[in-house]
Amino acid sequence: MIELKGLHKSYITGNNKLHVLKGLDLTIEQGELVSIMGSSGSGKSTLLNVLGILDSYDKGHYKLNNTLMSNLTEKKAAHYRNNMIGFVFQSFNLISFKNAMENVALPLYYQGVSRKKRNKIALEYLDRMGLKNWADHMPNELSGGQKQRVAIARSMISKPKVILADEPTGALDSTTSLEVMDLFREINKEGITIIIVTHEKDISERTNRIIYLKDGIIESEFISPRKISETVGTYRN
Amino acid sequence: MFDIDKWQEIFSTIQKNKLRTFLTGFSVAWGIFMLIVLLGSGKGLENGIHSNFDADAANSIWIFPGQTSKPYKGIQPGKYVRFTNEDYERLKREIDNLERISSRYDIRGNDLISYKNEYGSFGINTVHPDMEFIENSFPIKGRFINNIDIEKSRKVAVIGDLVEEALFKNGKSPIGEYIKIQGIPFKVVGIYSENSNNDGERRRVYIPISTAQMIFDGGNRINNIALSVKDMTIDESKQFEERLKASFAANHNFDKEDDRAIFIRNNQENIKEFQNAFQGIRLFIWVIGIGTIIAGIVGVSNIMIIVVKERTKEIGIRKAIGATPWSVVSSVLQESILITSFAGYIGLVLGVTLMEIIAKNVPADSMMFKNPEIDMSVAISATILLIISGTFAGYIPARRAAKIKPVVALRDE
Repeated sequence: MIELKGLHKSYITGNNKLHVLKGLDLTIEQGELVSIMGSSGSGKSTLLNVLGILDSYDKGHYKLNNTLMSNLTEKKAAHYRNNMIGFVFQSFNLISFKNAMENVALPLYYQGVSRKKRNKIALEYLDRMGLKNWADHMPNELSGGQKQRVAIARSMISKPKVILADEPTGALDSTTSLEVMDLFREINKEGITIIIVTHEKDISERTNRIIYLKDGIIESEFISPRKISETVGTYRN
Repeated sequence: MFDIDKWQEIFSTIQKNKLRTFLTGFSVAWGIFMLIVLLGSGKGLENGIHSNFDADAANSIWIFPGQTSKPYKGIQPGKYVRFTNEDYERLKREIDNLERISSRYDIRGNDLISYKNEYGSFGINTVHPDMEFIENSFPIKGRFINNIDIEKSRKVAVIGDLVEEALFKNGKSPIGEYIKIQGIPFKVVGIYSENSNNDGERRRVYIPISTAQMIFDGGNRINNIALSVKDMTIDESKQFEERLKASFAANHNFDKEDDRAIFIRNNQENIKEFQNAFQGIRLFIWVIGIGTIIAGIVGVSNIMIIVVKERTKEIGIRKAIGATPWSVVSSVLQESILITSFAGYIGLVLGVTLMEIIAKNVPADSMMFKNPEIDMSVAISATILLIISGTFAGYIPARRAAKIKPVVALRDE
């Protein structure tokens, strides 16, 4: 599903060259629920941006769904983002002058789905998030948890292969954070690959696979305790 | 390009960003409005001043006899120059680009004119038929003096509409009636009017010159000659004047350098000077107008740059969701085109409305301001220019915004 080999990425700011990703190898299979952890500066956000085709890389290769993601034109990149990837951000990134339903429907606008149809689909997704009654509210009328659920609905509406979440709970209180994580687990059960970047341990523990990043390479990798207990539980039964 | 969904998207963006829409629109509408007011006022001023000249043909030249001031071939200065029919005939022969010519004999004695029991004092002009076009005295009823009147020395008269008003109080049509000039009856054959601010121009009575010379002891004397020639530049016109003078000098035995022997009033020259002055004013108005348009363009550009800057994050979000660079650029541009065209149209309408209101409220006899016409093609091309430049101004930042990597645009500030 996702295959990274020897991935390098550096940023040049003025005369300084900042080498962020230093030959990263990573494979994520379809349907996985992965969290990427690491201290700030470890390169986890950069990795997520490369995975989301929001940013380019310098060396190595990145295959998404067996397609090599390199030297993409803007148009092609936009197309892949639209069809294969859903994004969830820490600061929600909803468009402030559009209501919840319009925000959710936006990816379908870029697929050329008619307004009526995409608004109907958006309502269905909002319903799944328990936000049907909030459909015509503007983002500033929603709580943080509600906003993030709108953002998740938006990331799902185009039926992507993978959802990339950058600190999705960073701006939420702990109860809401856990609710959002439950939502992710639920979505994951439908077979959508989910990659969550976080620095919160209890968030990462709710994923199935935890990858620790340090200085631009993978330091270590674990199957999360929860996954182990689930597996063991299944085995026992 | 035309896609209802896209327009709905643009309309919803415009609706939700009223202030910036207003600001962009305002600078465009203001630019067009100012341009129209400027051009209209300039034209109004020009028309107003022009109307003072309309009384006579713009290219008419008037020649009056004077008194010599220089000795010439043994003749002492102080000799009166007298024009005769021969001068009229000679000019008619000599000038090749002659358009119209008429001579005039001034009747001595009172200028009292009567119709039955009504009396009035009016200017009596004895003329050739061409005077109609030199004085711009066009008949509104009946006809002007014609060649047969001259040949047969008929006792006919063409009167001004103000003469009719003064003498024919009983409402009877003057045509065919007889008015008396110094006791001699003349049949009224026409009534003329003039587009003039000067009532004197409409209080005249025209009679054939031949009749006047015969009845009022004129012999072959004439008192002045008026003529018009085909379009000439100022230089040509001056040379023409010199030639006229030389011709009279040769035929009347005076020094052609003598500038008191005959007088020439050259309207053509006056008009040309006036036209030159107005060309200057027009140029000035255009410079200001173009300045206004440039200010509008700069205004639109500034706002478009700010709009794009303000929308960077939104554009980043849209790109992350799957917007192509072209869809970003085109939506920014279409928004800009929509706003500038609409605002330009409003400016156009407001400007035209204001000029109409001014035109209605200016007193009809104003000597300074009249008919502030607006050249619609200029106004519309200015609007189009503003739209194009607004588009261009929006294109550059929009293009840049579309090129920004979404990750940069999304970075929290």
